[in-house]
Amino acid sequence: MVERLSPLEPEFHVGSHGNFEHGVEILLTETRPGSIVQLAAWPGEEKKLIAAIRAVTGLALPDGAGGGLSEGVKAVFGFAPGKFTVSDEAEGLAHAFAKAVTPAIGTVTDLSHGRTAIRIAGPKAEWVLAKFFAIDFALPAFPVGAGRSTVHHDVFAQIQRTGTDQFDIYVFRSFARSFWKALCHASEEVGYEVQ
Amino acid sequence: MLITCPYCGPRDVIEFTYQGDGNRERPDPASQNFEAWNAYVYDRLNPAGDHNELWQHSGGCRAHLRVVRNTLTHEISSVAFARGNHAPAARRKSEDKP
Repeated sequence: MVERLSPLEPEFHVGSHGNFEHGVEILLTETRPGSIVQLAAWPGEEKKLIAAIRAVTGLALPDGAGGGLSEGVKAVFGFAPGKFTVSDEAEGLAHAFAKAVTPAIGTVTDLSHGRTAIRIAGPKAEWVLAKFFAIDFALPAFPVGAGRSTVHHDVFAQIQRTGTDQFDIYVFRSFARSFWKALCHASEEVGYEVQ
Repeated sequence: MLITCPYCGPRDVIEFTYQGDGNRERPDPASQNFEAWNAYVYDRLNPAGDHNELWQHSGGCRAHLRVVRNTLTHEISSVAFARGNHAPAARRKSEDKP
């Protein structure tokens, strides 16, 4: 496979930044998954698609809108009715799904090169994200593993909560650098570290 | 104004795109009934009160929705997926509610 370059590179400065004298409260990283795949089921075929996700990744999707789970290497969440985003540290997920998801069940779209995954973690992660997105980030409303699709200034973003104070944000690759800069600026006042 | 998307839950109106009057009925594309086509293109009820509307959650799950909105108060009395002919809106788990 071709070596993938990060769109964040010119603005990716490892180290502590902003107001970190009293400690770093935000950790920013790029997770760089090898595969990001979007799956969509035809109406009525959702259960078969969920079974295919389980067969390929071993992840059993919980019931309900926006449900999902993350086990470190692989993650899956629903972002729209009958539609799911799956990511994997390894490459080749789209190829595996192309076999499992037949044309009668739904569609597979490989977005590995089209999205950039940014992870924000730390005690102030909810607080910083609340400055960007008009959704409820409180744990009871946004449980661990769940996914949400929303926008920041018309730039589409899919957010998965991968820990009590950790979120993975999938943004368009072409907007990733500007989003990253905005995220850094928003984290400045609480002190952040880029890893 | 908040619209409670059946999939995503309550979201700000900036995430949604208005897709027009939900009362229109599109004639059969092969139809040559010009009155029906005229009504489809031009006739609107323009009520001062509850109004059937089509919206898309363009900044979210991208589902097309049937919304009943009061044009006087902006109160939204019902939201449902447009697909499946007025399917009930309650799809979210109770524990996901704020």
